[in-house]
Amino acid sequence: MNMSESRLTHWIVHITLAVLLIITLFPIALMFLNSIKPSAEIVQNPLAWPSEMRWDNFSRAWSDANFGRTLLNSAVLTAMTIVLVCTTGSLTAYVLARRKIKTWKLLTFYLLASTTAPIQLFLFPLYFGFARMGLINNPIAVAFVYTAVYSPFAIMLLRTYFLAIPKELEEAALIDGASHWQVFTKVFLPIVSPGILTVALIIGLYSWNEFLIATTFLQGQQQLTAVVSFFLLSGQYSSDWGVIMAAALIIVLPIVILFILLQRRFIEGMAGGSVKG
Amino acid sequence: MHRLYVLPTLIINVVIIAIPALLTVMLAFFEWDGISEPIFVGLDNFRALWDDSVFWTALTNNIIWTIIFLIVPIAMGLLAATMMLVVRRSSAFFQVIYFLPVIIATAITARVWQGMIYSPVTGITGLLQRYGIDVANPLAETSSSLYGIAVVDLWHWWGFLCVIFFAALRQVPSEQIEAARVEGATFIQTIRYVLLPGIRPTITLMMIMTVIWSFLVFDFVYILTQGGPAYSSEVLSTFAYRSAFYDLAVGKAAAISVVISLFGLAATVLYIRTQAKEFDQ
Repeated sequence: MNMSESRLTHWIVHITLAVLLIITLFPIALMFLNSIKPSAEIVQNPLAWPSEMRWDNFSRAWSDANFGRTLLNSAVLTAMTIVLVCTTGSLTAYVLARRKIKTWKLLTFYLLASTTAPIQLFLFPLYFGFARMGLINNPIAVAFVYTAVYSPFAIMLLRTYFLAIPKELEEAALIDGASHWQVFTKVFLPIVSPGILTVALIIGLYSWNEFLIATTFLQGQQQLTAVVSFFLLSGQYSSDWGVIMAAALIIVLPIVILFILLQRRFIEGMAGGSVKG
Repeated sequence: MHRLYVLPTLIINVVIIAIPALLTVMLAFFEWDGISEPIFVGLDNFRALWDDSVFWTALTNNIIWTIIFLIVPIAMGLLAATMMLVVRRSSAFFQVIYFLPVIIATAITARVWQGMIYSPVTGITGLLQRYGIDVANPLAETSSSLYGIAVVDLWHWWGFLCVIFFAALRQVPSEQIEAARVEGATFIQTIRYVLLPGIRPTITLMMIMTVIWSFLVFDFVYILTQGGPAYSSEVLSTFAYRSAFYDLAVGKAAAISVVISLFGLAATVLYIRTQAKEFDQ
């Protein structure tokens, strides 16, 4: 589309977008800048350039937040969630996209409704039920909670990928004597693999960043996720904000790099799953 | 046989969400501390909420929050998205930057704002105070705490809407826009009469989602103020969470959760209706 505008319009547009850009980047810049600053200088002026680079903020953050352990916990929890969501989600999405039977509509309604259910609606009985079964501090149990919460989104997104596959392909395979399972694994899965990768990225992002469920179900020192460990570290009164910002960067940086490398996938996935349904 | 393919999803979803949700609805009529036998109390939990000023504060705050988020981020997103159409070549760049806050964990965003911007000791607020400018930490005042939190969530959220609106705007047929331009429509008129009507379904959907999400808001309130000072920033979700886990009043927490769900229900019905249309294609 071509929107050729007057010079004035161009100026206004550029200035507005630049202002929004500065608003967006300002807190992120503060995080970067103060992560290498001595704590005393942050108190003096959070905007000033550090007089000396305190790289040891990162090593202190690493040990204070027990990142050797908690980052691993987050990675394991994220990986389990991705595997669970992608396997169960692609099976369901395949059926929802390919079979047009009345009961599937009911299932779709149910899944859509469960995406809008507040976490508090199921959190309390789930917590006390898990407590009774000894599932608190169990990362596998939490991966299942994440799967329940995130899979409707994943299914809606994957469904659009399955819909894009021509019917003839399936029919041809069935005529050749393939079973439904073979059609699904040998024909469909390879075609929708870009969709599964997108879903894996977004579900990975969600579980890596998740706070409410992780802080409720994983409270043991050895089971904390990186985000919850960061939350506890930064809540202490004696905190050194240089160290806190360094800890924040350690969690954020891998995500930001991944996002910049795969921006199109992230953006289209997040937008696609929630808009087009 | 392929019917069985939906079983894993269904079983996980029913066990984790549906059954506990039904239990929550039942618990709303019981008094329970999470350990001993629940005692049936009828509507007592709801009556207690009715007489509880904190409940009304929380509910009002949720409504204020909904109104703010129906207006500000949607307006910001639409403004930036239409402007990005003009700067076609650099739009990809702006889009990535605006989206950055969306991918940063809420706990981290909250702490960066708390420590680096709002704090009177280590933040920008403190810096301005030392220069003699009269600013206060918005999170510490009962009159402004909710708005202080809302600003953080706005920063975190508006870029998502911007990217979604931008994607929708690009789907508007270019012939429509060119026709408007040929007829002499200005930039503003083109937005008003061609672009905005063109993406109305997307705007409507985002407004429905905003209503649903506004009653779910938890992370930023819980991390930034815990609902304080003096319950001034309490919302229903933090109120329910504290009732259940701090006061061990699980029945009361369940009753609050039922209220949250009822508020979201109308929006949920609208959401399912709009989304179901997609499924009839």
